[in-house]
Amino acid sequence: MIKTIQFNLNDNPLSIEVDPERTLLWVLRTDLGLSGAKFGCGEGLCGACTVLVDDEAMPSCQISIGYVAGGKVKTIEGLERNGQLHPIQRAFIKYDALQCGFCTSGMILKAYSLLVANPMPTRDQIISEMDDNLCRCGAHVRIIQAIQTASEELKGGRP
Amino acid sequence: MTKNENFVGKEAGLTAPFATLSRREFLKRMGLLGGGLMVYCTIGDLTAQARAPRDGYLGGNVPTDFNAFLRIGLDNRVTCFVGKIEMGQGPITSFAQMLAEELDVAYESVDMVMGDTDRCPWDAGTWGSLSTRYYGIFVKEAAGEAKGVLKELAAERLLCPVTRLVTENGLIFDRNRPMSRVTYGELTTGKIIERHLKDLPPLKPASEYTISGRPYLRRDAFEKVTGRAQYTADIRLPGMVYARILRPPAHGARRLRVDTSAAEKMKDVQVVRDGDLVAVLHPHPDGAANALGSIKADFDLPDTGINDKTIFKHLLANAPEPVVASEAGNPKEGAKKAASIIEETYLNSYVSHAPMEPHAAMASVDGNKAMVWASTQTPFSVQGLVAQTLGLPVENVRVMVPFVGGGFGGKSASAQAIEAARLAKHSGKPVMVSWTREEEFFFDTFRPAAVVKIRSGIDDAGRMSFWDYHVYFAGQRGCQNFYEIPHHREAVYGEWRIEPGIHPFAVGPWRAPAANTNIYARDLQMNIMASVAGKDPLEFRLSHLKDKRMRGVLTAAAKQFGWTPSKTPSGRGYGISCGIDAETYVASMAEVEVDRSSGMIAVKRVVCAQDMGQVVNPQGAAIQMEGCITMGLGYALSEEVHFNNGRLLDVNFDTYDIPRFSWLPEIETVIVPNPTLAPKGGGEPAIVCMGGVLATAVYDATGAKMLQLPMTPQRVKNALAKKS
Repeated sequence: MIKTIQFNLNDNPLSIEVDPERTLLWVLRTDLGLSGAKFGCGEGLCGACTVLVDDEAMPSCQISIGYVAGGKVKTIEGLERNGQLHPIQRAFIKYDALQCGFCTSGMILKAYSLLVANPMPTRDQIISEMDDNLCRCGAHVRIIQAIQTASEELKGGRP
Repeated sequence: MTKNENFVGKEAGLTAPFATLSRREFLKRMGLLGGGLMVYCTIGDLTAQARAPRDGYLGGNVPTDFNAFLRIGLDNRVTCFVGKIEMGQGPITSFAQMLAEELDVAYESVDMVMGDTDRCPWDAGTWGSLSTRYYGIFVKEAAGEAKGVLKELAAERLLCPVTRLVTENGLIFDRNRPMSRVTYGELTTGKIIERHLKDLPPLKPASEYTISGRPYLRRDAFEKVTGRAQYTADIRLPGMVYARILRPPAHGARRLRVDTSAAEKMKDVQVVRDGDLVAVLHPHPDGAANALGSIKADFDLPDTGINDKTIFKHLLANAPEPVVASEAGNPKEGAKKAASIIEETYLNSYVSHAPMEPHAAMASVDGNKAMVWASTQTPFSVQGLVAQTLGLPVENVRVMVPFVGGGFGGKSASAQAIEAARLAKHSGKPVMVSWTREEEFFFDTFRPAAVVKIRSGIDDAGRMSFWDYHVYFAGQRGCQNFYEIPHHREAVYGEWRIEPGIHPFAVGPWRAPAANTNIYARDLQMNIMASVAGKDPLEFRLSHLKDKRMRGVLTAAAKQFGWTPSKTPSGRGYGISCGIDAETYVASMAEVEVDRSSGMIAVKRVVCAQDMGQVVNPQGAAIQMEGCITMGLGYALSEEVHFNNGRLLDVNFDTYDIPRFSWLPEIETVIVPNPTLAPKGGGEPAIVCMGGVLATAVYDATGAKMLQLPMTPQRVKNALAKKS
């Protein structure tokens, strides 16, 4: 059952002994102590557990740790660079694009994934791409502003 | 309740969590909290007029000693303690502003400690848009008194009369000799000083504010965008285990048999059977879930015949005697003068809170002491309940509330904390109970389904002659009349709290409880009346309004919206709604498009104007308005809990549809200045108009009367068909 799973986590190589069937979200949160990805619904319906797998946003409650073997996983804890906040994080602060903050990790990583695929998205494209990430507090309008601003700051470059 | 000032001042001020501590122990505990030493003031001869009363269920246990609210460190940093919690509405920012303003320290020098029953002064709970308008006064008074004492101490140190001293940025100096100065931190160093002021100084007038009233960004944003912010389910303790609890398939189900033998054989699994509670514990949440899946249980299912369609008949059949919320004249007399009488019945379904963070709690029981972390709006209630459950003195239970991932009233109830405490005691390990989304729906204290019946009339001159209002089970908040109507009566049958034998599951406060239902029904009825009278809906309201604040918000909303008068239905799809909530006046206008073939409502634009008195953080206030508008789209358009015989049919976001990015209208918020009025509520008011403004907009677009919320596409199509 227990296998050695190797993958890149937040730009560092990692090797852990784990049952490859276990859910990525729980391995991250309990075994690896990275609690930025949140449990919201358990069925991939809310986006609170979103992480990046090879730069693509995925609900970590729906994938197994075995699935990411050999791949690259980024969580919200890995988004800062050299102690500097990522432009998306800075834009979320600048626009107060959060209230309770529980959806925020997922929103930011989903936005990252969106900007990888489409560095200069229109407002409608942002809305369409972000639509499956739920926020109950109603920070939506500010989240859109933040993503637009981050995209402008990145000038079409990679996030 | 008669208030004994002497008792309130000397005794009640040191109740929970310090109720059983002597003054010396109290000082010791406060002093042990690290950082600097403190200034201590005795209490007892303060003028009763000067101090905001501590009485009733909201304020009875709030301490009078300012040290409970703030502490000045050696480094001149100030820690502000409040019993409130942060669940998104932003008191972490606004309390820091209020404290800094009144104490004359830099906003940046304030650190907030919230929702910790050992360290923070008692609070009834974070709800009701009461943090700023009610609890804020205690914080400001504490800061004002502390500043007064610091000035007395400085006067002695600097050999200068108090009247010559100036406070600024945590510093006190002699205005005649500015270099003669001392910091707050220097004054509080080295000893505990017991001192009191004869009279509480008056609070600063708003005209002198430099911090309150200015826009501030959220102070918790850095933690929240980096994943550093801790929520209850993120807490980890050595040796902790995660629990999953056996749940019934339906409310009212009775457990017949349970077989846990398979779970007992699983590695690392501990099965707990504690009376009604059957749970499995495992070092990993997924391990606990697997173990729970192996448990076999049979239940006797209820057959009540009550479901989301029959509930309204059930409510009307079981209505209690009414309470009259407001009345004038006699509606029966008014009806005799009416040229037209309009009679409608409005329905509201059960609505879920559905915060993104499900309820969670971690409990650790060590001998006769317990520590509990909980996602709750009511830490001090949880403290009492856990103490009762475990048979411990209240002061032996410490409840801490990390960041809360949304509450909206749903985390006023905190059964998960009791579950965690029981399991921790039984197992001897720290136990985390983190509800699944299914559990979150199942145990939610829903906004109650409700019925409103209104009979109202217009005379020959187009004026309202009477208004006979009956609300069943929503509750009275928001139903009180503010229009000039000679004969009106608002009768309230049952509140939003649990009423025995009425609801098939728990109900409770949902953001601005009752007001959403009442204001929706009133405003749609108003527009139907305006239509019969041949009047523009805004003019119809204004012609029956003397209240300046209500006229003010309606006029401000109309200006921002660009409202032009027209009879309704005009085909434009313009809606209007207004109300009073948490002492704040609010008016909204909206524009919708209705797709007649699909029944879909597209909300194009929502304008909301709010008069909330003084505004501590205009940025935060505007954000709460935006949030209320966005969240309110849900109860207006899509959110309703389907159920049958106690079984919930909506247990996740696949069928329970909450607002998404693609639903967003253009949102414009206007705060109507009213700086001479003390701050009023801000967390809820803007949501109360959302049902009314969208129902009147659909009526204006199509003439269809949407007599039930939510206005699902099918209901829109039915209403359109009924109209034609």
